[in-house]
Amino acid sequence: MGHVGKQTIVFDKQPVILDTFSTVGPKEGEGPMGGCFHEVAEDELFGEKTWEKAESILIKHTVTGLLNQSGKKPEEIDYILCGDLENQINSTQLAIKDFNIPFFGLYGACSTMGESMSLGAVLISAGYAKHVITGASSHYCTAEKQFRYPLEYGGQRPLTQQWTVTGSGYVLLGQSGAGPKIQSITTGKIVDFNTKDVYNMGAVMAPAAADTILTHLKDTNQKPEDYDAIITGDLGQCGRDILLDLTKQLGVDISKVHQDCGLLIFDNETQDTHAGGSGCGCSASLFAGHFYKALKEKKMKKILLVPTGALMSLCSTQQGENITGIAHAVSIVAE
Amino acid sequence: MADVNRLKKDYQNIVDQHSPKNKVVQNSFRAFWVGGTICAIGQLLTDLFIYIGFSTDDASMLCTICLILASAVLTGLNIYDKIGNYAGGGSIIPITGFANSMVSAAMEYKKEGYVFGMGAKLFTVAGPVIVFGTISSVIVGIIYYFL
Repeated sequence: MGHVGKQTIVFDKQPVILDTFSTVGPKEGEGPMGGCFHEVAEDELFGEKTWEKAESILIKHTVTGLLNQSGKKPEEIDYILCGDLENQINSTQLAIKDFNIPFFGLYGACSTMGESMSLGAVLISAGYAKHVITGASSHYCTAEKQFRYPLEYGGQRPLTQQWTVTGSGYVLLGQSGAGPKIQSITTGKIVDFNTKDVYNMGAVMAPAAADTILTHLKDTNQKPEDYDAIITGDLGQCGRDILLDLTKQLGVDISKVHQDCGLLIFDNETQDTHAGGSGCGCSASLFAGHFYKALKEKKMKKILLVPTGALMSLCSTQQGENITGIAHAVSIVAE
Repeated sequence: MADVNRLKKDYQNIVDQHSPKNKVVQNSFRAFWVGGTICAIGQLLTDLFIYIGFSTDDASMLCTICLILASAVLTGLNIYDKIGNYAGGGSIIPITGFANSMVSAAMEYKKEGYVFGMGAKLFTVAGPVIVFGTISSVIVGIIYYFL
């Protein structure tokens, strides 16, 4: 099939998702999805002294867990593609260096899981790699420190604000073997809807999600009902409501199949997470922990994973620029 | 299937429709009673110091020191941020909030070293308060001089 429509690749040789591994922090472990993750840490610092180091240990744990679980050695992996939310994707490179695997560092804000799986699938399908690891992570404390206030600052968060997930999800892609397959990918464009509110990331990402989902359905000539679930990354309550409104106004009703990782991971009422979870670790850990299992156990047959990102830079926001959004779709079928 | 950019013009209205409004009455009430309690504690401390025998000026200075110390300790014990989350302006506006903004920054950036970490970033949150507080006090001073 190859490249179809405006932004989609339908794979002739469909890459197989051989295995996944997820690690999350204690708050995520206490949430409604706590039981689905492979590992739940007891301590947000992961025994380290700094948040940055803690996030790197989180990533290291996840990659090591994935390698051990799938019985692969680092030498058997041709590429690793991943990233996080920090400047210079600091924690990711700290974590990955000892594995000695050729590394593509990615930054797509919270859409990184979609970006890494898309590129990994392209490498595999084109025949340039046999095994590729892709993934993403985020940490509440590194994100707060970089984008907002010192952790112990006693401020009040607006109701539209979300809670960055401390979590990481990595997947092993291969050319052949048993497991769900990546059927197609739709690469998102940067969408600018003139939003400037740093406390409402859902509003930044919703138009990007709508754009990518509608483009994917159009490019592949499908209806929302063709999927068991269309899963956005971290729109939260506000972003989800906007997405459903936007798509409805454009004549497509996705409300029956839509799920949002940001709304699944926390209990917003009891965990005081306001609009829901966010961060690249949100969709990454939930896909690796929950949706992959659902596909393997055939509880779901076909899903569209759409990690969503707000490409926010504190510097340009303070200079008065708009915050832009992006979303990448990965269509996965159970085999 | 229509292009999503069609909805760009009207987007702010769509966002406003779906964004939950802050609970003004509840937040104001919480800020009022927590802020009021902090002020009442301050008054109690001042009166106590005067009762012990300090002058009014010394008593208010000692009260300020006590409140700052209490706030610093509560910040270090991870309690002040929870008070702030509950009370909002009620615990940000009093001097305890100012102390919290500095101690929290000191705690966060200490790991980057005492000079370029803690020293340089101590005023990340409190800086604007000092800058504009100083400027407004100069302006008020000039007006006061001519009155």
